[in-house]
Amino acid sequence: MKIIIIGNGMVGYKFCEKLMAKNPQGIELIVFGEEIRPAYDRVHLSEFFSGKSAQDLEMAPATWYEEHGIKLYTGDPIMHLDCENKTVSSHAGITESYDYLVFATGSSAFVPPIPGVEKDGVFIYRTIEDLEMMRDWAPKAKKGAVIGGGLLGLEAAKAMIDLGVTDTHVIEFAPRLMPRQIDEAGSTLLQAKLESIGLHILTSTNTLEITGSDKISGMRFQNDQVLDVDMLVISAGIKPRDELAKNAGLATGPRGGILVDSHMLTSDPHILAIGECALYEGMIYGLVAPGYEMAEVAIATLLGADKQFTGFDMSTKLKLIGIDVASFGDPFASDGEVRSIVLEDRNKGIYKRVNISADGKTLLGGILIGDAEQYNMLLQTCKNQVILPPNPEDIILGSRGGESEGGAGVLSLPDDAMICSCEAVSKGDICSHVLHGAENIEAIKKCTKAGTGCGGCVPMVKDIVNHTLKSQGIYVRNVICEHFDYSRQELLDLVHLHNLRSYDEVLSAHGHGDGCEVCKPLVASLIASLWNEMILDKGNDTAQDSNDRFLANIQKGGTYSVVPRIPGGEITPDKLIVIGEVAKEYNLYTKITGGQRIDLFGAHLTDLPAIWEKLIEAGFESGHAYGKALRTVKSCVGSTWCRFGLHDSVSFAIQIEERYRGIRAPHKIKGGVSGCIRECAEAQSKDFGIIATEKGWNLHVCGNGGSKPQHALLLASDIDSETCIRYIDRFLMFYIKTADPLTRTATWLNKLEGGIDYLRNVVVNDSLGLAEELESEMQKLVDNYVCEWKAAVENPEFRKRFSHFVNAPEEKDPTVDFEVLRDQKKAKAWS
Amino acid sequence: MVETMNKTWFLACQVQDVPENGGVCVKVKDQQIALFHFARRGEWYATQNECPHRQQMALSRGMIGSQGEEPKVACPFHKKTFSLKTGACLSGDVEAIKTYSVMVKDESVYIFLDSDEV
Repeated sequence: MKIIIIGNGMVGYKFCEKLMAKNPQGIELIVFGEEIRPAYDRVHLSEFFSGKSAQDLEMAPATWYEEHGIKLYTGDPIMHLDCENKTVSSHAGITESYDYLVFATGSSAFVPPIPGVEKDGVFIYRTIEDLEMMRDWAPKAKKGAVIGGGLLGLEAAKAMIDLGVTDTHVIEFAPRLMPRQIDEAGSTLLQAKLESIGLHILTSTNTLEITGSDKISGMRFQNDQVLDVDMLVISAGIKPRDELAKNAGLATGPRGGILVDSHMLTSDPHILAIGECALYEGMIYGLVAPGYEMAEVAIATLLGADKQFTGFDMSTKLKLIGIDVASFGDPFASDGEVRSIVLEDRNKGIYKRVNISADGKTLLGGILIGDAEQYNMLLQTCKNQVILPPNPEDIILGSRGGESEGGAGVLSLPDDAMICSCEAVSKGDICSHVLHGAENIEAIKKCTKAGTGCGGCVPMVKDIVNHTLKSQGIYVRNVICEHFDYSRQELLDLVHLHNLRSYDEVLSAHGHGDGCEVCKPLVASLIASLWNEMILDKGNDTAQDSNDRFLANIQKGGTYSVVPRIPGGEITPDKLIVIGEVAKEYNLYTKITGGQRIDLFGAHLTDLPAIWEKLIEAGFESGHAYGKALRTVKSCVGSTWCRFGLHDSVSFAIQIEERYRGIRAPHKIKGGVSGCIRECAEAQSKDFGIIATEKGWNLHVCGNGGSKPQHALLLASDIDSETCIRYIDRFLMFYIKTADPLTRTATWLNKLEGGIDYLRNVVVNDSLGLAEELESEMQKLVDNYVCEWKAAVENPEFRKRFSHFVNAPEEKDPTVDFEVLRDQKKAKAWS
Repeated sequence: MVETMNKTWFLACQVQDVPENGGVCVKVKDQQIALFHFARRGEWYATQNECPHRQQMALSRGMIGSQGEEPKVACPFHKKTFSLKTGACLSGDVEAIKTYSVMVKDESVYIFLDSDEV
């Protein structure tokens, strides 16, 4: 089947896209477009002036058509249609035959027959070319005017402002603005708002003549008033592009438009029409959503499916020069039985009207100006006949305190509620995609296309995604894994309450099955966070992740890295020499880490105990680089050497690092101490960061480097060292007890209801009365600290585990291989 | 050693050499075999030690557990999981690993291998 589409606008493109999505067999598709560009987003045309390029506005690049086997002719309008022989011929002389022809020719601007419209400086507002010409002209213009006070006219007025022609008049023939969408009170308020931002509005004004020689210099109106202008945009309405159809003998309406039936068929059974060129039951649908719906119906007709167009809701919401304007359902309903509730706040420039059925149960329609946040909700309430709350005014006033949330939120909508009418996506569609892993608005846009048309439903889609995730989270997100039906926090309380000390005990008491790589390290970490006992003891070694199990970080090739603790980054020459000697003896690659210490890479499992024996002898301890634990407390050199330093940041960093070393947490923890406001220790990127002030220390918390960097937030200022440590005690313990697994403090804070203010209340103001408990729990952990590596090398049972072959303990893994790089070794690349 | 056709029970180690609910690596000539004592279920398993994902000799250092009823091991490198029974990859896209039969007799642990492998 060979289909030709005349017109490559939004609806013409959507027809191609929807047809291709059905993956039809044996269909040849040819598109003729009059404009030189492939279809672009005309709805957001004015964004061309606020920085979007023509390419940004493209619906799909030219290559898309190619990839889908669609032949696209741009800049080549069809000039002749021969219905009898079923052929079309183009301006460039191309003749093609068709089995079916689809008109998607859209509309052109309606230009009233005013003398002088041909003068330079008079524009229409329709295509990117129009916009380009306006852009070229605007710098020369001082006073502008727009003919048309409807939706398109006000859009054009916005374009004028964007182009810098701020002294602009809007001229409307009718007695008020936007007469088709909003009522008189709404128009009045809108006019006042537009005037307050500098637009001049002339209503009931009929333009008789555009004056000037070649170039526009002014306008003359019916009451002989004149207005000096040097730029005019005519945006007074649209005119369906039906001339080709008309010439070919197709039936058209008396005021334009190609007549179609509910299958989008014209008077010729091989020709269809969709979009703004189609006239259905006496109506031209000048919005994108009904055009897309027509495309859908036309495809069904062509593929032999049963789908009919039965009219379309013309509800709309837009932002006009920063002012929300929306109307939905029947905005004017006023027959005797209808109750209208009106809220008008001239001070704030808000007008809201809702029309309610006589029984007070259903919403019939309404108007929103100045604040259209409730538009989507109201539209859905109206379309789905959702029963209104007992005080229907709540739906526009919002909840005024008290328990009830007034009207219904997205939750109350039925699954078949149409959320995105441009793409016909229902609430149920969105929910099911969320449940299948599309967990944010971008993913939803990608797989459902919801929100990609006019974009009006985006806030609502977001709400649905969030609500769905929330309802899902209760069951899926927080539960640890198939072996434990608890959240981390719940399990921590259980382990604490029942005084459990090993993974196996916890699994037997509170879990089922045999555990896995998710719950094992998590429970092992809980046990460590609660009791701070040697992590390899009580059979917990096999519940630890490989790094914790062997107290070192596994690296490419299966060797490990060794990181001794260097508190605050301070180290003596003697200790440096020991690190050098050990590295030399065991042929280790050495590198300074970002945390002011030294990492030794490439150690065989078998060598780890001997390496650590030497390090421990020299006074080193485990650096816990392998654990979800305190890593480093970075410091600048501070007042002992620095001419700017206020306090001794190194001493304080060492004190803090030694206090929290070895403590297990939901994720790794890093700290920093800076001796003055210059912040050389970069403390504000750490989980806790301390910065010296004239009077003491400022404590910042929940900072984070990593893939999504986040600055730490100020928790307390000008506190003394002792208070600072007490606050960190409370903060860390509160984090350890309440965070989800593998959640850094920044993410934890982001999810914490009430955010930093809540955290400050808990930590500083002791709002939960937990301060003392948190401090004493932390003190217990601090008191229980022993160096794990010291314990490991001194215990033959632990030590025995550090061998590669159980039946040849002295042999190293022979498959380990290194390459040479800059006089050191490196791991062999993954194969 | 007990000969069975062309297969052999290879003496790997003693029960006490293997941590409960964990694994060790057994050297068999140039081969490396991961041996697991699934103490919770009173079961023993043996597989190749190399994780086929990135060819790392590491499965013996992985955490074991269950997925439903299926006993499994997770590679410490990228947490690919494999069935200890069938060797099939349970987390998707990686090829299966070899598995071997294990026998425990008088506190000694044996792995069933081709005679020419030992």
